[in-house]
Amino acid sequence: MDVQTLTYIFVGGSFALYIGIAIWSRAASTSEFYIAGAHVHPLANGMATAADWMSAASFISMAGIIAFAGYDASVYLMGWTGGYVLLALLLAPYLRKFGQFTVPDFIGERYYSKAARVVAVVCLIVISFTYIAGQMRGVGVVFSRFLELPIESGVIVGMGIVFFYAVLGGMKGITYTQVAQYCVLIFAYLVPAIFISILITGNPVPQLGLGADVAGGVSVLERLDRSLVDLGFTAFTEGTKSRIDVFAITLALMVGTAGLPHVIVRFFTVPKVADARRSAGYALVFIALLYTTAPAVGAFARLNFIDSVHEKPYAQAPAWVKTWEDIGLIAWIDKNDDGVIQYAAGDAFEGRVAFSGEAGRHGERLLDNAPTASANEIAVDRDIMVLANPEIAGLPGWVVALVAAGGVAAALSTAAGLLLVISTSISHDLLKKTFRPQITERTELLSARASAAAAIVVAGYLGINPPGFVAQVVALAFGLAAASLFPAILMGIFFKGMNREGAVSGMVAGLIFTLGYIIYFKSPWFGATNTAEHWLFGISPEGIGAVGMLVNFAVAAMVAHFTAATPQNVRSMVDAIRMPGRASD
Amino acid sequence: MTDTQKTQPADKARLYWRENVKLLCTLLAIWFAVSFGAGILLVDLLNAIQIGGFKLGFWFAQQGSIIVFVILIFVYAARIHAVEKRLGVAED
Repeated sequence: MDVQTLTYIFVGGSFALYIGIAIWSRAASTSEFYIAGAHVHPLANGMATAADWMSAASFISMAGIIAFAGYDASVYLMGWTGGYVLLALLLAPYLRKFGQFTVPDFIGERYYSKAARVVAVVCLIVISFTYIAGQMRGVGVVFSRFLELPIESGVIVGMGIVFFYAVLGGMKGITYTQVAQYCVLIFAYLVPAIFISILITGNPVPQLGLGADVAGGVSVLERLDRSLVDLGFTAFTEGTKSRIDVFAITLALMVGTAGLPHVIVRFFTVPKVADARRSAGYALVFIALLYTTAPAVGAFARLNFIDSVHEKPYAQAPAWVKTWEDIGLIAWIDKNDDGVIQYAAGDAFEGRVAFSGEAGRHGERLLDNAPTASANEIAVDRDIMVLANPEIAGLPGWVVALVAAGGVAAALSTAAGLLLVISTSISHDLLKKTFRPQITERTELLSARASAAAAIVVAGYLGINPPGFVAQVVALAFGLAAASLFPAILMGIFFKGMNREGAVSGMVAGLIFTLGYIIYFKSPWFGATNTAEHWLFGISPEGIGAVGMLVNFAVAAMVAHFTAATPQNVRSMVDAIRMPGRASD
Repeated sequence: MTDTQKTQPADKARLYWRENVKLLCTLLAIWFAVSFGAGILLVDLLNAIQIGGFKLGFWFAQQGSIIVFVILIFVYAARIHAVEKRLGVAED
C-alpha cells in the first residue's frame, strides 16, 4: 500500500475513534459540559491534560526548533514543563477545593467583583483565540502535506470533527477523546524517534541515544557540534541568546503555562484535592515523555539533514527534498552554479521564498529572491523536521502515516480544550453570572453549545486566514497569561490581604504593559527595531511576560495597601480553600 | 463547648498552612536550582563537566530539569498528604 492510502486509513481510523467516544460520552448537564461532572480519574485527567497541552506546536514544531536553535530552545523545554510544578504546588489543589467551573469564577468570587470577572474573561478569550488559530492551521498543514488536500479543506474537516465532539460532549466528550488522542500522538512521536535512535546510535532509548556514540566513537552531540562549527554555525550545545533573555523567556513561559485557562480548568474535573495534585504529576510524566524525546529527535534530524544534503548533487538529492520543495518549505538556489547543494550558516537569499514559476537546469524551482553573500544555498522551514524525519531516515510508509495521524491528534485535542474554555466563559461567566442571571440550566447548556459552535467558526476562519503575525502571537498568549491571570490567582490564594481594587488594577496594569510592549516591537505600526539593544533590560517580547508579572504584583500590592481591606466573608473563603478537607466544624 | 475545643480546628488550620508553605518553599527552591540555576545561570560552568556524552549544563537544560520537575510534584503530593494525615485535616 502506498503512503497516501495508509495515511487515509490511519487518520480516518483515528477520526472514527474520536466520534465513537463522543457519542458514548454525551454531556447531559452544565456540570458535565463544563467539568465532566468532576468524575474524571486522575490518571485519565493526566493524559487528557497532556493532550490538551501538547499542541501542533509541541508535536510538529518543537523538535524542529531544537534542531535549528540547539541550546537556545531549552527555554521551551524548561518553560513548558516547569509551569506544571507551579500548577501542582501553587494553584491546582486550591482551585479544585474552590470547586466551581471556570477561572473567571474564581477571580470573580475571590475579588467579590463582576468587573474582576469580566477582566478575567477578556484575558481568557484573547489568550485562547491567539492559541487556537495556530491549531487549526496545524491541522490544515498536515492535511495538505499528507493527503494533498488544500489547507482550507483540511481546516474545514478539522472543524467538523471538533464541532461534533466538543458541541455534543462538552468537557466529558473532550476528556475521553483527549485520552485517546494522547495515546495516538505519543505513539506516533515515539515510534520514529526510537527507530532513528537505533539507526544512528544503536540505542533504542532516544533520551540516552542523544548522549550515545555514533559510528566513529564520538557522541551524537559532539559530532553535531563539530559539523555545525565547521559549517559556520554556533555549536548545538551553545546558545546565542543573552543570559537575561533566556532567564526571562523561561520564566514567562513557566508562569504563562500555569496561568493558561484551558490547562487550569482540567484540574476542576477530578473528584478530590489530592487527585488534583497527583493528576498534575501524571500530566507532567506524559508530557515529559514527549519533551525529553524532542531534543533527541531534533539533534538526530539536524545530523541527518546535514549528512543528506550538504555537498550532494541536487539531481541525486533524496526524494523528500523535492517533495517539500514542491510545497515551498525547502528552496535551493545554486549560487556557484555547480549543481551541488552547499549548506552553511546564514540565509540563502533575501526575504521570504518567492518561486519564479520556472524550473532550473537541474529541475529545481527557480527563485525570484536575490541571493545573499553567504555560502549557504538551501533554505528549509524548520516545521518540516518532525513530519519529514521518517522520510529522511528512510522509515517505512506506515510510520509516515502514523506521524500524520499524531499531528492531527495533537492539533485537534488542543483546539477542543481551547474551544471549551471560550464557550464556558461566554455561557457561564458572561451570561449566567454577569448579564443574564435568570436563565435556566437548560438555556445555559444550550448557549454553551451555541457559543462552542460560534467559536469553532471563528477559529476556522482564523486558521484559513491567519493574521499576519500568527506565529509570533503565541508569545502574546503566554505573556498575557503570565502578566494577568497567574498573579491574580496566586495572590487570591496566598495573600488574604489582596483586595478587589488591588487585583483588578494589577491585572489591568500587567495586561497593558505586556500587550503594549509586544505590539510595540512585533507589529509594523511603530517602526520599532526588534533587536536586543532596543529592548528593556535586553528582554525580548517573548520574555516580557515575566516583567509584566512583576508589574502586576507591584501595582496590586500598592493599590491594596491604600484601599479598603478584604471583607471578612472572603477571608473565610480563602481559609476554606487552603484546607484540603472541610475547613471548620 | 470548652474553649480548647473551639480553638483547636483554627490552630490546626494555621499549623497545616505553615507546614505547607515551608514545604512549598523547599520544593520551589529545588525547582529554581535545577532550571534557572543549573540550566541557565551556571550552564557554562557545568558544561565543563562531561558525563556520558552530555555536557552537564546542557543536559540539565534539556533533560535533567524536566525529570526533576516530575519528581518534585510526586514528592509534594506524598509529603503534604502525610502532613494532612498527621494533623487530621485530610479529605474524607
